[in-house]
Amino acid sequence: MAVYGYEEEMGVKVKLISGRTVAQGQNLDNKLSDEYFNAVALCELSTEDMEKIGASPGDNVKVRTKYGEVVVKAKQGAGYPEGIVFIPMGPWANAVTSGDTRGAGMPQFKGIDAEIEKTDEPVLNIKELMMRYKEV
Amino acid sequence: MSELLIKNGVVYDPINGVKGEKKDICIRDGKVVEEVKNPKVIDAEGMVVMPGGVDIHAHIAGGKVNAGRLFRPEDGRRGLRPRTKVCMPESGYSVPNTFATGYRYARMGYTFVMEPAMPPLAARHTHEELIDIPILDNAAIPLIDNNWMTMEYVKSGDIDLLAAYIAWMIRATKGYGVKVVNPGGTEAWAWKKNCDLNDAVPYFDVTPAEIVRALAEANERFEMPHSIHVHGNMLGHPGNYEVTLKTYDLVKGITPYRDRPVMHATHTQFFSYGGTTWRDFESKARAIADYVNANEHVSIDIGSVIIGDTTTMTADGPMEYSLHQITGRKWTNHDVELETGSGITPFLYSGKVSVHTLQWAIGLELALLTKDPWKIALTSDHPNAGPFIGYPILISMLMSKRRRDESAKEMHSVIFDRAELPSIDREYSFYEIAIITRGMTARTLGLHEHGKGHLGVGADGDVAIYDISPEERDAGKIQKAFLNAKYTIKGGEIVVKDGEVVSAPPGRTFFVTPECESGLMDEMTAKLKEMFANYYSVSLANYPVQDAYVPNPYEIRAPWRS
Amino acid sequence: MVEITDVVCPLCGCVCDDIVVEVEDNEVKKVRGACAVGKSKLMGHGRIKSPAIRANGVLKDCSYDEAIKKAAEILAAARRPLLYGWSSTVCEATKVGVELAVEIGAVIDNTASVCHGPSVLAIQDVGLPSCTLGEVKNRASLVIYWGANPTSAHGNHMKRYSYISKGYFLPGGKKDKKLVVVDVRETKTAKMADRFIQVEPGKDYLFFSALRAILYGHEDVVPDDVGGVAKKELLELADMMKETPFGIIFFGMGVTQSRGRHNNIINAIQVTRAAHTHTKFNIMPMRGHYNVTGFNQVCTWETGFPFAVDLSRGFAWYNPGETAANDILWRKECDAALFIASDPVSHFPADSIRHLARIPVIQIDPFANPTTEFADVVIPTAVSGVEAEGSVYRMDGIPLRLRKLVDTDYPSDEEVLMRILEEVRAIRAKEGE
Repeated sequence: MAVYGYEEEMGVKVKLISGRTVAQGQNLDNKLSDEYFNAVALCELSTEDMEKIGASPGDNVKVRTKYGEVVVKAKQGAGYPEGIVFIPMGPWANAVTSGDTRGAGMPQFKGIDAEIEKTDEPVLNIKELMMRYKEV
Repeated sequence: MSELLIKNGVVYDPINGVKGEKKDICIRDGKVVEEVKNPKVIDAEGMVVMPGGVDIHAHIAGGKVNAGRLFRPEDGRRGLRPRTKVCMPESGYSVPNTFATGYRYARMGYTFVMEPAMPPLAARHTHEELIDIPILDNAAIPLIDNNWMTMEYVKSGDIDLLAAYIAWMIRATKGYGVKVVNPGGTEAWAWKKNCDLNDAVPYFDVTPAEIVRALAEANERFEMPHSIHVHGNMLGHPGNYEVTLKTYDLVKGITPYRDRPVMHATHTQFFSYGGTTWRDFESKARAIADYVNANEHVSIDIGSVIIGDTTTMTADGPMEYSLHQITGRKWTNHDVELETGSGITPFLYSGKVSVHTLQWAIGLELALLTKDPWKIALTSDHPNAGPFIGYPILISMLMSKRRRDESAKEMHSVIFDRAELPSIDREYSFYEIAIITRGMTARTLGLHEHGKGHLGVGADGDVAIYDISPEERDAGKIQKAFLNAKYTIKGGEIVVKDGEVVSAPPGRTFFVTPECESGLMDEMTAKLKEMFANYYSVSLANYPVQDAYVPNPYEIRAPWRS
Repeated sequence: MVEITDVVCPLCGCVCDDIVVEVEDNEVKKVRGACAVGKSKLMGHGRIKSPAIRANGVLKDCSYDEAIKKAAEILAAARRPLLYGWSSTVCEATKVGVELAVEIGAVIDNTASVCHGPSVLAIQDVGLPSCTLGEVKNRASLVIYWGANPTSAHGNHMKRYSYISKGYFLPGGKKDKKLVVVDVRETKTAKMADRFIQVEPGKDYLFFSALRAILYGHEDVVPDDVGGVAKKELLELADMMKETPFGIIFFGMGVTQSRGRHNNIINAIQVTRAAHTHTKFNIMPMRGHYNVTGFNQVCTWETGFPFAVDLSRGFAWYNPGETAANDILWRKECDAALFIASDPVSHFPADSIRHLARIPVIQIDPFANPTTEFADVVIPTAVSGVEAEGSVYRMDGIPLRLRKLVDTDYPSDEEVLMRILEEVRAIRAKEGE
């Protein structure tokens, strides 16, 4: 079955949202640090979604959308309904969003159709993540 | 030393009683002088020469003007002009950008504009925009009537403490005087209510009438250059002329500090309405003009309508909401804690609509029925009754009965039944135009003592030269001449030549420093501190406008009257 | 040790101005009254040490003169330059930015275009019934946060201005007020609420439409379930809105950044207007950076338009969707970019960033961040609100002046921009000869 133009489904279908967190805000001017990496290169999931992909907090999870894919750390989220995952706003969240503003000047950062799966691939650090853009 | 000689022009300088005389004007280092030695010469042979225009009331800068620009990109796209060697790009028609505001006024021969509604809490914003308006000297009047502190002192009857409060406010805002907008009604609007002249303001137990009277008294405690500047209650309502006359009566008998009125009643067109609904709406300009003719304590500006689309904006929040309900067009509202409010909505004045036609007639009637032009000023309450760029149209209407008749024919026939305009024959002379755009406005604002609005020795070298014969009566030619001056000179520098801006120096900001006895100030400040500690959302220490926001200051001291 | 009171916080759109800072040896040692995020900003982080120019893929330290000259050369040679950021610097810098944009015919845009740009588009459609934050403090007995999570993003918002603050007409503070939160997830803010309404992602538009219908007296057309919310809950919310003498909706990026974008906000404002037919109702965007509002103000009064302004024609052309930063990056039009006081590489989508890797990039910022990785010229500056003063506009449009707390050798943003502008003018004057 074709989903988002891919030949086969790879993981669990979710809606991806992003936004501010306190730790993200505290490290706004400190983005090349470990603190920022720890605050932002993560994905908060509901218990149900965590179970569905067979992951535990601290495992790596791959998030994939029509626009790209990124690996982040899984984190137990509080207050999330099943099917909604959250990545703090920043480079990892934006690795899977599109610049198409649909005539509004504003990309869509929230409510993006995504798939998630547990992975053994590493979480790229900020420099590695940036290198990806330069290679393309 | 820079010198300029304007020779052979026909000069209209009402403050100095110069009524169209062929006369040379000499300027040295920015000021008018007796004679010059080695000047640059402008030959104004056959042209009309006036002092730089002084606008007594136009909303050109501040939060609500900018909210108007922000929410009307469709207006911004009118009047686009690319940058030039001296000018930044222009945009906008009814809500022009700051640069266009300066250039366009200068092209019309104006050199001073009063921003008449500065919300104290957002005063820094008003000043930031004034800095970005080139050429024009300027000032801004803070709103001090719906303020909780004002109402508390009105209630307790402490006029001296009220005076201390307005002194503090005018100083804190680098303002020019006391502005009143729908007294009590704007506070009531915070609860979606409004107030008529004698209604009690919710929770504050004072009436608008008491507020107006008390502020007029408090203002005269100082040697203030300007009277209180009043937009009263019930603006824009059919039948409001009676409220208007009662408002004028409130301040009768108060002694002004000098020879000037104790109240300037602004954009009077919106307050001169008869009838009970929009259906039987009619002009009551005659009643207002009769009052102004018979009394000395009130001056007015006309707030005349310019047919077409514009953006209305005022601190009178409930009025803007009513307007939005009538038209269904977009509406912005912004209430300001402890002080004031504002509303904004676009509006189109159509000559095919009976009410608009009558509004149009009323503004002109006020100008034509008021016998002494020293009591009235030309305004359109920019941009409320129309943008300032329409002033030359209004001037041509006042100067040409023929043009008025031609226009009336094109408009709704109600003008022949419920307005007096078609039967008025009076035509303004160039001299009278100079009064209502220069002499009266400068004098009413007290600016004539500070170099504005006249061409006597010592005055600022602000001059407008219009390429038109003093004999000309053709309305089209008059309009064209006043839209684009042959020359505008600001502080001795040529800023406009042949209708184009050739130089854009920064303007100066005039502000008043009322001087209050320290005991009174201390007592008032104790209360003010409580207000800030408990109810304001900013700190007292961060409230006053810092000197950085008035880079080109002109201070006028207003001593306490003993 | 010097104690400085009434410090104005240069972090979020709350612009708290009652912070107390202790300074010793020209360093901020203690901060009182700020939220965790604001405190972190005032205390400071590692800085870019020196201006630098990239050569053979590596940033090499250089003098300010060299960096400014290089930046000016890049901008003077560009045909479709972008000047972007501006939300974490002062209005004085923005003014020079507009002048620079006019000089080189650039597109100038700020972070609003990825934040509350859609709110601006909505305001241009229907207006904005709103007020200052002190009005909310003193009068609002019903506070609704919609797609906004102030406990994370605007730490002191509730305490200073809304639900938790005491006001003239509400002396009991939160005892006298009701808090409603509408969100797709149960945030910390939601946990504090008297009522939390959980809406499905992307269904805000439906929700607003239903609420609006109810407020206008058409509850019969509303189905039993709207975006995962029971009709009963909607009816109760509508009653709360009708009954309060003064209510406010604060909305965040939960509504602007999701499907529907500005259409969501138009609908939210229409809901406010519907409520306003019953009582006093207001709505306000939760602006993010401390001066994102200020850029929009300055850009509006100087060019006539609030953001995404294209000056390539010599006059201002405004058409978001065509002229916003992401539009010209995503379409690969942009051939040089200056980023100031922002970090687009962290906050722009992947395909916009890919284009940045191909064009010359100038960065003006006190702090290194992922954008530095893409910068060909890096110019460090003073931190506004700590080392430099200037004008900023709070989320409700109230202007405040940031204070200078400590001395610095870094030049201000305004100063650097002015020098670039002068250099650009010198280059163009030479070309003209």
